[in-house]
Parts: sequence; structure tokens; C-alpha cells
Amino acid sequence: MEYEAVIGLEVHAQLATKTKIFCSCPTKFGADANTQTCPVCIGMPGVLPVLNKNVVINTLKAGLALNSEVQVRSIFARKNYFYPDLPKGYQISQYELPIFLGGYIDIESEGEKKKIRLTRIHMEEDAGKSIHGANLNDPASSYVDLNRTGVPLMEIVSEPDMNSSDEAKAYLSKLKTILQYLKVSDCNMEEGSLRCDANISIRSKGEKTLGVKTEVKNMNSFKNVGKALDYEIERQIKCVGRGERIVQETRLWDTEKNITLSMRSKEEAHDYRYFPDPDLVPIVIDKAWIEEIKNSLPELPDAKKERFITKYSLPIYDSEVLTASKEYADFFEETFTYINSPKSISNWIMSEVLRIVNEKGCSIYKAGISPEQLADIIKLIKNGKISGKIGKQLFQEILGSDKKVEEIIKEKGLIQISDSSELEQIISDVIQKHPLEVERYRNGEKKLTGFLVGQVMKATKGKANPKMVNQLISKCLG
Amino acid sequence: MLNIKIKELRQKLSDKDISAVELIKYYHNRINRYDPEIKSFISLNETALEEASLIDQKRAKGDHLPPFAGIPIALKDLIITKNIPTTCGSKILEHFIPPYDATVTKHLKDAGFIIMGKLNMDEFAMGSSCETSYFNKTRNPWDTNRVPGGSSGGSAAAVAARLIPLSLGSDTGGSIRQPGALCGVVGLKPTYGRVSRYGLVAFASSLDQIGPFTTNVEDTAEIMTVIGKHDDKDSTSAKIDNDNYMSDLSGNIKGLKIGLPKEYFSESLNDELKNSIFDALKIMEKCGAEIVDIDMPHTEYAVAVYYIIATAEASSNLARYDGVKYGYRADGKNLNDMYVHTKSSGFGEEVKRRIMLGTYALSSGYYDAYYLKAQKVRTLIKNDFISAFKKVDLIATPTSPTTAFKLGEKLKDPLQMYLNDIYTIPLNLYGGCGISIPCGFDKKMLPLGLQLLGGYFEESKLLNCAYAFERATDWHTKVPDWLEKE
Repeated sequence: MEYEAVIGLEVHAQLATKTKIFCSCPTKFGADANTQTCPVCIGMPGVLPVLNKNVVINTLKAGLALNSEVQVRSIFARKNYFYPDLPKGYQISQYELPIFLGGYIDIESEGEKKKIRLTRIHMEEDAGKSIHGANLNDPASSYVDLNRTGVPLMEIVSEPDMNSSDEAKAYLSKLKTILQYLKVSDCNMEEGSLRCDANISIRSKGEKTLGVKTEVKNMNSFKNVGKALDYEIERQIKCVGRGERIVQETRLWDTEKNITLSMRSKEEAHDYRYFPDPDLVPIVIDKAWIEEIKNSLPELPDAKKERFITKYSLPIYDSEVLTASKEYADFFEETFTYINSPKSISNWIMSEVLRIVNEKGCSIYKAGISPEQLADIIKLIKNGKISGKIGKQLFQEILGSDKKVEEIIKEKGLIQISDSSELEQIISDVIQKHPLEVERYRNGEKKLTGFLVGQVMKATKGKANPKMVNQLISKCLG
Repeated sequence: MLNIKIKELRQKLSDKDISAVELIKYYHNRINRYDPEIKSFISLNETALEEASLIDQKRAKGDHLPPFAGIPIALKDLIITKNIPTTCGSKILEHFIPPYDATVTKHLKDAGFIIMGKLNMDEFAMGSSCETSYFNKTRNPWDTNRVPGGSSGGSAAAVAARLIPLSLGSDTGGSIRQPGALCGVVGLKPTYGRVSRYGLVAFASSLDQIGPFTTNVEDTAEIMTVIGKHDDKDSTSAKIDNDNYMSDLSGNIKGLKIGLPKEYFSESLNDELKNSIFDALKIMEKCGAEIVDIDMPHTEYAVAVYYIIATAEASSNLARYDGVKYGYRADGKNLNDMYVHTKSSGFGEEVKRRIMLGTYALSSGYYDAYYLKAQKVRTLIKNDFISAFKKVDLIATPTSPTTAFKLGEKLKDPLQMYLNDIYTIPLNLYGGCGISIPCGFDKKMLPLGLQLLGGYFEESKLLNCAYAFERATDWHTKVPDWLEKE
């Protein structure tokens, strides 16, 4: 029998606010344990939460960009459970009446376009971090770091609209791009600012009803999401193949063993005893505010891609690569302000600049070359001042330097030799050194032009203008 | 000194008739003399005398001093005080020393008050007799075999015994007004949102409110000017600035309409109490008020609704006392074991009972039938008040169905204990303001309390009516004979 996977994703994105959701502690990643805490976020007796307005603003941006319907009135609820890294004994989240309902994301996977619907988007606070293990003062104890407690999160829940790990990855990648465009989240999966849980079930192809699902947690990279989903789909198919039934449960992805392991069954599931948090008032969002946020939204990836195709006449592929990140697109457009050669810029970014970005794993603006420097290199090539090859050499030289391209050319003597008298002198030297080849050329072996040009280029360390050398050799030997 | 008002104390201090040190010593002496019997304090602030001496030095130098510099006050032990233990009357917080101040504590310090100490209470404010405290059973100054009421029993008893000129308590279902009535002092529950809850250890967040105990209404108005302010740290704090609590105290209540809800005067109310209320109303009428009969048809559901909502919120609010971060921790084989032992041995019976009730009410499958239903009925009770206040300015009722009862009398019967608050609970569900003022004594010479209820942020009207009554009577000036020796 042929099976089809059904996947829904729950994504937690850490909102890029300076301070926490209910207190004024900083949210910076990587500080010493428990240094970014106060009575409010460590759950001292008597403290009260006060909502950070920027959390709402960031969520509004995301929800509106994801075509979701903003709820005029939404409320926070308490999700009650006991764990040492949850200091109040409850997490403040949204349950009934979240800030957004519905929405969708357009994805493309294996050439197919698809609309993935969203169920809801809501705001909540993060819990702290429990640290177990031997490299601590007392290996038998567990430690708790509450720096992360109260860091704002936005949870985006999709409908079960995906049917393969590729679609799930495309969804996640698109979501990440949009959130980064909006600057509402860093979406760094490794630092935990983007986390993803998946609900997975299988059914016979063509079947309409949903099968029993499992929830897979702990997939902390894009690669792991793909691997975990493929593993879990395969596990379920094998399970059914053996005549067993799928058990509704939560499973953890084991990054060492590359398998999912059962964590708890439905019967063991927590009863979170959700109820409206009496310490917080309802969030009421008026029309004027929604309009204000709408007007503040930047151009989104799909629209930008279309514009790059029409405005710059770039191929679809180039436009896709350049708009995959807002920074790439910004870098491209900034370079364009210095030189009107979109395709050359695109080629240089895609081949040279992104190579450095991938090697270093850095932002395009940290790759070591500015849009102005890149534009200057392209200009020199276009004006015939340097060859493409010298251009690449120049690119390497300029990396990490603040100097103007002109300065580097002067320092390294990289400017192309286009002075015909200078070139004629070099050519006559070459002719003298290679009488045999000159003889053969004169006897009709015209293909030896290439050899002679090569010798001139070698003598000038590539700086000779190849076009002029060609012409001059024909003239001298003609 | 026994009936001295705050404004008179302020005058004496600024006139240097008395020094701040002398004032603190005066109350220390009374505490040392009488509190071993009354047991109202859990802890004393060891730096009170130093603070007083600092104020005296400043005054001697002619430095500018805040308006209440040197006036002693004491707080119910669930109002957070930096560097002073805050126990909530519980073993689980026995050695807890907070690193921060509640907003009210800060207001008091800024205004120059000296915090004398922390007052006994039912554990986590759960109780109506002060008997569920882990530390002591506070006694009623009028009869030390009887309870002072609760949960703010220590706050009421200390003021009644004049161990402190005024104190703060908190009222979730009557915890200021009921002990106020049983001890014969003035107790105000301000409108929900009037006084910041930041630093008030939560029992039931949608009902809790801090309020003062005083010996007279003027002092109540005066302390409200200090604590009744908007606070950005409390999202439920109202953005209404200070009323002119003091300047509105004219004592003129001509034309004021006072509602009498028949639901509060059922057959079971004892005659002595009933008659004292009617006598009080006659006095109000003489002052020009008009008495109007009103209906509050959903009153009978208030106690049931309260015990679902308050316990549900409490079950969540008290989850943080888990032995992990602060307070008491019991040993355990593993995490779960530690949790179970800490909570089982750290909380008292009544607290555990309410956590279990609340957990049950919020549980999946029961939520709709209990919590959600209770919220709906709460709305009906609110509506009773809203329509009543369209007809009348204030509502008059008894504060408590009985006068002070004997220690142990109701402790083993939670339902009997819960019924102590039948007249006070509805107001908390509505969220308005209410006050209990002394209105006489029963045959056993136990104080009787008159409760006046007002609409949202109607403190000025409420206090003015109480003031008019107080000027026409002298019940509030009575002090138990055995405590008269200074």
C-alpha cells in the first residue's frame, strides 16, 4: 500500500526584543548563568508581570505578514506544570483567544507551489534552562539557569498541510526568511531562537481522514528536521506494515542515534489546567494600530523576488538566491546604486561573495567587501581597465580591507597595461625569445597567436590588455 | 495616646513635643507588655529605633522630612519588605527574606513611615480566624479566649490593642473587614486596582487588595493618600490618580442614599447584630441620609463562587513554593519526591485543602462545570452591585454574621469557617470598595461591625459616610480595660 505523510509544525520563534516579555531584564544570549534575572522573572513571591509592548508589535508584524487575522481582544493564560526551570510553576502563554487566528504561507517544493495554512499565532514566555551533566561542580546535581526565563516567544502553529519532509523544510525556511525580513526574530536554530516541533501521522494515499499522530520534539537544526521527519514517517509506515497501531505520544529526536524515542504517552500527558491569567489585562488592538503596523511592514520575499525579475531583468534563479535573505537583497540593491549592471552584480554576489559568506558562516555585510568596493571592481572590468581574472585577484586582495579599490590597484600594481608602446616593447622581447614559434607562425600556424599572447600575459603578470596584445601581435608579425 | 490620630502624631513630631525615638519606644513598650498575650507580631524590625533616631537627627538639623516621618506602622506578613522576613504565616517561607520592596512598602518608606514589624495572619491569607498561621494563634484583645478574625487577624488585633497606631492588611474575601469588625477597629478594603498589588504575595489575584486598619476614619483617609496610587508594575492597577480622600471628609451626608439589601438580613442573623445595624442606620438617617430597600438576588451564590475562583487562582499562585529557589525544602530521593515532601510538610492543612480544591476546579473535564460556571455567576453578582449602585450611593450590611468566636470553635469545620465571610465575599467578586466600622458591642462586650459598601473608586463617598457615623458615635474610641495602662 502506498502511504502519505501528514505533517503540521509548531514553530517557536524568539522575538528580537531588547528586554524580556514581562520584566525589563535583557535578553542577550550567552551571558553568565542567572545574571539576567530579577524578582519578576525568577518568580519571587508577590511579583507581577507587565507586558512588553514591543513583543506585541513584533507579533503583529509577523501575523500581518503571514496573512493571519488579528484578534481585536486576546488574553494571556497560565499553563500550569512543575519543573525547576519554570520558577512560577506556570508559563504565561495564550490559550483560548490568541492574538492571531488563521493565515497561510506559500511554499515551493520540488517545483510545486503549495499554500500551507496556519491555525494560530500566539505570544508566550520562555522557560529557563536545566543543565545536567558531569562538567559542573557537582555532577550528581542539576543546575538551573534562568536567564532565558521570560524571553518572549511567538508560537506559529500550522495546519497539517505538509506531506513530506521537503515541504516541511520549505515551510520552515520560508517562515524563517519572512521573520528575518521583518527583523522580529533572529531565527537562529542553533542558539535556540527558532525551535520546531512536528505533529506527524500517515494514511493511505487518497484517504481523507487523519491518522493517529505522534509529536516529535528536539529537532534543533534544519538538517535534523529533515532527518527526524523522514525517520518518523518511515517508522510509522513500518509499524503499520507489521500490523501494529500507531500510539499517540510525544517522541524525542535523538541527535546522536538519529532515531526518535518515546517520551510520554497520551495517558501520561500533562493536564496543564489552563485558565486566564488574572494578573494581566486583555490585549486590545485597535484598527489604527493595525494600520500603523501594516504601513511599517517591509517588502516581503515573494514581492521582492518578483520585483528583482521585472526591475533588474534578472533570471528567476538569481532573484530567488538574492531574495532568500533580506541582507543579500539589500547588498545587491546597494551595489546597484553604484553601478547599473544587475547581472554582473548578481554573478559576483552569487559566485564570489556568497562563497565567502558560506565559508565564514557570516552575514553578507561581514564578508569583508562593501557594496561600493564590489561595484568599483565591476566598473574597472567593464571599462576594460582590468581583466576578469585580475578582478578576482583584486577581490581577494580587498577582503577585510577598508581601502578604496583604486588604492589597492596602485599598491599591488594591478592596473591593466593598455599603453601600446609599452606593450610593443614587451611583444618585441617575446618575439626575440621565441624565434622558432615566430617562424612557424609566419609559415601559417596562426593558432600560435594564443601561445604568444600567453607569453606576453606571463611577462606582465596578467596585467596586459589581452585584446590589445592580440591586435599588436598580428600587426608586428603581419 | 490610645486614641491619638495620625495627624495629631504628625503635629507632635514636627513640634518636637515627642521624638521619633520616643514614639517607637512607646509602642515597643506596649508590644513588649501586651503582645506576649495577644501574639499579633511575627517579627519586629530590628532597625526601627535606628531609623527613628536618624529622623530625629534630621529634624534637629532642620532638614526637609517627608510628611509621615517617624510614624510607626506594621504590615501583614504577606506584604513584601526588603531585608525583613516575609513569611505569609507559613512554614514554607519561614526564613524567606525578600530582596525587594512591595510598591506599598516603598510608598510608606518614601512618606517617612517606620515599619515596626510584620503581623500574624492565616497561612497565605486562607482563613477567618488567624488560627491557620504556622507561627501563632493571635488573640482578640477584647477576649483573649477568642479569635481576632482573619486572615489579617494580627493587623486588626495590634491596632485594637494600640500596639501600633495603624497597620496594613489584605482582603480577598473579607480578610480586612471581618477582623476589623471582630476587633472593633476601622478596616477598609479599597476598590480592586486602587492599591498596587506588586509585592502583595498573591492568594487570589483577581480578588486580593491591600487596605489599612486604623482606629478612626480620618486616619484611613490619610493613609490612603499614601498607598492609593497608580503603579506601572501592576497591570491591574487603575490609572486613576489620588482622590482627595482627606478633603472630601466633610461629614455631610445629607441626601446620601444608603441601600439595605434584604438578602443580607436573613432569619439566621442574630438579633443583637441586626439591631445594631438598624440603630446605626437610624443615626445615618438623623445625619440626613435616606435608607432604601434594595435587592441583590444572587448573593446566596457568592460563597460557592468565591471558593471556586479563589482556590483555582491560589492553586496556581502557590505553585512557585516548590523548594527549588527559596524558602523551605524537604529532602527527597528525586525531584518529584522533593516536591511532594516540601509541599506536604511546608504547607498547612487549610492551604493544602484549598490547593486541592482549586486544582480540581481547573482540571480538564471539570473546568467548564466549575471554573467557567463560577466566572459566569460572578458576572451575575457583579451585575447585582452595578444595578444597586444605580439606585443608591452606598450599601449597608453587617460585616460578619457573628461577633468574635472562641479559639478552636470553627477550626475543625471548614464550612462553618467559610460562612464567616458571607457578607464580605460578594464585594470582592464585584471589585468595589468596602469598610467595616465599629457600631457597638454585644452582651459579652465583643465589638460589632457595620459594613458599608461602595462602587468602583467611590472611596471618598464611602469614607465620608463612615466619618459622619463616627462623629455621631464613640464606639471607635473604646479600648479593652486591661490594655489601658500605657
